[in-house]
Amino acid sequence: MLLRHTPKEITERSALTINPAKTCQPIGAMYAALGIHGCLPHSHGSQGCCAYHRSALTRHYKEPIAAATSSFTEGASVFGGQANLLQAIQNIFTVYEPDVIAVHTTCLSETIGDDLNQIRDKAQKEGKIPEGKHVIGANTPSYVGSHVTGFSNMVKAMAAAFATRTGHKNGKVNVIPGWVEPSDMEEIKRLAAMVGVPIILFPDTSGVLNAPLTGEYKMFPDGGVTVPELISSGDSLGTLALGEWCSADAARWLDANCKVPCMILDMPFGLKATDRFIDALRTVGGVSVPEEVMKERGQMVDFISDMHQYFYHKKVALAGDPDQLIAMVEFLVTLDMIPAYVVTGTPGKAFERRIKELTKDVPYECQVKAKGDMFLLHQWIKNDPVDLLIGNTYLKYIARDEDIPLLRWGFPILDRVGHQYFPTAGYKGGLRLLEKMLDLFLSRRDRDDPEQTFELVY
Amino acid sequence: MREAILEERRGQVCVSGAGPLEMACNRDSLAGAVSQRACVFCGSRVVLYPIADALHLVHGPVGCAVYTWDIRGALSSGPELHRLSFSTDLQEKDVIFGGEDKLRAALDELIDRHSPKAAFVYSTCIVGLIGDDLEAVCREMTEKKGIPVIPVQSEGFKGNKREGYQAACKAMFTLVGTGDVSDVPPVSINILGDFNLAGEIWIIREYFERMGVTVVANITGDGRVDDIRRAHGAALNVVQCSGATLELAKMIQEKYGKPFIRASYLGIEDMAESLYAVAEHFKDVDPGIMERAEAVVRDELAKLLPSLEKFRKDLKGKKAAIYVGGAFKAFSLIKAFRHLGMKVVLVGSQTGTEEDYEELGKITDPGTIIVDDANPLELSHFIKEKDVDVFVGGVKERPIAFKLGVGFCDHNHERKEALEGFIGMYNFAKEIHASAMSPVWRFVPRRALAAGEKE
Ligand code: SF4
Repeated sequence: MLLRHTPKEITERSALTINPAKTCQPIGAMYAALGIHGCLPHSHGSQGCCAYHRSALTRHYKEPIAAATSSFTEGASVFGGQANLLQAIQNIFTVYEPDVIAVHTTCLSETIGDDLNQIRDKAQKEGKIPEGKHVIGANTPSYVGSHVTGFSNMVKAMAAAFATRTGHKNGKVNVIPGWVEPSDMEEIKRLAAMVGVPIILFPDTSGVLNAPLTGEYKMFPDGGVTVPELISSGDSLGTLALGEWCSADAARWLDANCKVPCMILDMPFGLKATDRFIDALRTVGGVSVPEEVMKERGQMVDFISDMHQYFYHKKVALAGDPDQLIAMVEFLVTLDMIPAYVVTGTPGKAFERRIKELTKDVPYECQVKAKGDMFLLHQWIKNDPVDLLIGNTYLKYIARDEDIPLLRWGFPILDRVGHQYFPTAGYKGGLRLLEKMLDLFLSRRDRDDPEQTFELVY
Repeated sequence: MREAILEERRGQVCVSGAGPLEMACNRDSLAGAVSQRACVFCGSRVVLYPIADALHLVHGPVGCAVYTWDIRGALSSGPELHRLSFSTDLQEKDVIFGGEDKLRAALDELIDRHSPKAAFVYSTCIVGLIGDDLEAVCREMTEKKGIPVIPVQSEGFKGNKREGYQAACKAMFTLVGTGDVSDVPPVSINILGDFNLAGEIWIIREYFERMGVTVVANITGDGRVDDIRRAHGAALNVVQCSGATLELAKMIQEKYGKPFIRASYLGIEDMAESLYAVAEHFKDVDPGIMERAEAVVRDELAKLLPSLEKFRKDLKGKKAAIYVGGAFKAFSLIKAFRHLGMKVVLVGSQTGTEEDYEELGKITDPGTIIVDDANPLELSHFIKEKDVDVFVGGVKERPIAFKLGVGFCDHNHERKEALEGFIGMYNFAKEIHASAMSPVWRFVPRRALAAGEKE
């Protein structure tokens, strides 16, 4: 099969990444920028990057992804891309008429050393940015960090470009959801509304990347955080940043520059992380948690109690992004499961420490690696197999090779749909995760159990 | 949308039948365009990647390697090393101090572990800037490892896909001529420009074999390094597609005196013509070949034509739009649609040449819109204006078609069915039928409204 190329013996690799568990920064910036209403992401580099990022996002969301490119040529790579970007800004506002252009760099423009701020100022001076329109920019060198870093950088750029402190508090709470699905963003909004806390959610790709089919192509769908909301985020009561890797930088910027105090939480996946999120909302919003929310929580606990024996000590291998993995690993531990192997392509020793800490009481020595890849994950599995894989579509090679069920979760999912519409965040989302995992385990038994022990009732 | 067409892009949109067609194509995309085009690296990668027993190492930051990891279903009947993703994953310090050591170490390790027949090393944007001497490292590793380690000069910014094709051809040409050709028979060809998506090259090979033609090398679908080494032994190169591998055919002709012909395996006429053209070429050496070619066509058509009838009945009069990478494919598609009784009302390409567009002007019906390097707004504008029923394009066009409530057929990387050969025409008709006739479009507000008005 495909991965017969993976040997069991693990050797130290330093020069080489095989079957990566990450991708480059710009795509994260592009995804984040799509969460601003009326925003056209712009890739400052050669055409290829932009085409790749758009295609990758399209494959995951099954939605048209509009983004422009500076279309670098040899000339630009020698003399810098300023002329290209200036012309691009002018063309984009003339033809596509977005409210915002969100520029991110690529490895090319970073290495040349183009200065986005200076180019934007020049565009402003030359009148290329129409009244009431905006150009924001984030540096996203592809040879640093990962797609997660790019996402974080663009979210921070949103805050830095727009958030304004007037001195009059707006009574709202900023929630920075991190790189989660549009459905999760919707769920976070629903939960906040239930708790009764008015929030500003940014970025917000719900309504953008899960838009309905109307028969019209809208370059700028209805969803997204609006510019006035972003401006107002400087007057909020506080900020809840969900995920250290995706969201903390923006939150800290708001704290330092607009005196909006922040709390860095984990992404609200699973029981405990959702509890902490609801509790934080309650505290900053100064409200009490309504019965409805408690009911949803109770249902989730009920599910777990009904079926806990089927989760007991199931071994799991995970690949994905740090914030998601941290929340998921905690959830698995809550379920008395064993997160055996955890890999992210994103660098960061802090990630490894956090996973170690979360799994310290688990009766299995958890192997964790930041800046790892799926090749390594597969090698671990070959040495000692697991019952379940959790991660993106690329894990399907391992799933097939080793005949292990795969829960598709994370980015990208190229071969299934549903993640756009059904959240995995919050209590309701937790129920969906539980249902999916249980189904995978029990379908296996239905398939594999010998006839004598094949059971009707679980 | 006030105005779909950028003033500067006026020259890149034409209407067939409105005087001579002068397309201002082959231009770089405008800065700020939401272009559907890709880069040099992308071009090289799609051409070379199907060579299944070679190692493909992307030298650059991780992104380029991830986005090209097994995204095209270029099938292999044997080794599958090409389906893994290898990247030197350049980091900031490599960008500053150079990535040559890393490249060397990566090659060292990979070649030892996988014993590939050859290694292709792709340079990406950044490698072009930091000044790594790819050639020197490859030369050194060739010597050290005893297999060809071939640099592919595919820095993204040096043009669009077409330059990438050229870089790929140059890389492959270093292999050609290094294998033993003493046993290659006189009636022999190489199949160039087919990537074995959904197993297409197997279909085409089988036709040629039935005609008594030996296929020396598949370039590059289900490709093997040793076959390419012997490619100069084949008497004729049969080149498909707008030019992904045309350059290689030209190089072989120049150096080894082996001629080439162009072919297309899409649609009935083009498929048949391609077989006849090859038969014609060999008819002096092998007098029976034309008859055998005719027999292949006859047998296949006898199976195919009756099976198309049921689709034709439903599809007659429906309108199609085409937006593809190379214009050559568009020619075949236009003919294929005619067979289904459909009208092509919009046709465009990412990388067509002036001659391509002239030709398109000739073979399309008057009033057909012809575009070069279009953006989504233009495409959706014309699709609505022309009331299109089904759109043929690639991954970025699919969701646009669907949002407009229009059927879609992927004629690019993500095709799941073989669309080449006679059987391919059947599959194509079936796909078009499945999508254009889907009941889902009746639930789309815009089209439901339009249908209501018509009644
Ligand atoms: S790694 Fe660099 S060149 Fe490759 S897609 Fe990412 S930004 Fe573009």
